[in-house]
Amino acid sequence: MELGLNVDTSNPTYAVIVVRGELDVYSAPKLREALIELVSEGHRQLIADLEAVEFLDSTGLGVLVGGLKRLRSNDGDLALVCTQPRVLKVFDITGLTSVFRISSTLEDALAG
Amino acid sequence: MSIELSVPSRSEYVAVVRLVVASLATGTRNLAADRIDDLKLAVSEACTNAIEANRKAGLDAPVVASCWEAPERLEVCIADSGAGFEPSALSAHPEVTDPERLNFERGLGIPLIRSLVDDLRFESTPQGTKVWMTMFGGPDSGDETTEIVRTVVGGD
Repeated sequence: MELGLNVDTSNPTYAVIVVRGELDVYSAPKLREALIELVSEGHRQLIADLEAVEFLDSTGLGVLVGGLKRLRSNDGDLALVCTQPRVLKVFDITGLTSVFRISSTLEDALAG
Repeated sequence: MSIELSVPSRSEYVAVVRLVVASLATGTRNLAADRIDDLKLAVSEACTNAIEANRKAGLDAPVVASCWEAPERLEVCIADSGAGFEPSALSAHPEVTDPERLNFERGLGIPLIRSLVDDLRFESTPQGTKVWMTMFGGPDSGDETTEIVRTVVGGD
């Protein structure tokens, strides 16, 4: 399945990237490129909305970890929006729930 | 009953393999939806590793997924033709509170598989690796029976 990415940079503080579809070894490079592009454009506070992600494996997770690392090394952050148990489970098992700031809604994530 | 699926060693085929295995498990096993999701994720991880193993070995060999159904369990094997590895030599990741943890963008696959399936075995030689994953739960067994089988056979 094709990965859908929508980037919204209209908020003055946060750039929001909405991810749709399956995030695996095939599609994850597309998200990596999008995150790198946002950072290179100067965005430092990113929110990845994963509510429409139907599948996430460790390759997709690795891209999010890479994005977080890149942003934190630039005094930024990558926050996530996710309530889906099947996606959250991957963060739980790998212990990354405590590494990312994960919100239930985009509004909560934007509120910081 | 068994099925075998051989796919090119390319990333776009990982979704095909996990969907076929998940469809088989959904159609023929009495597994809860979240267990099907676990199997799908485990298969995705094993296929991703298999493709990487073939790529590292410079081989254009296929990745072969095989499924065997027994009354009380479903076994899935993902095989590559790569150079093999020593499962016990896998390094542990730092604690999540350790800043070094963010340096581990890869290598999460096998720990994930281990926590998702009921049994995991490796057969690795210099000619290739087979990753065997077992999910307990027969076609007619209810949740209670599945739990008993998992406890007795899986030891947890």
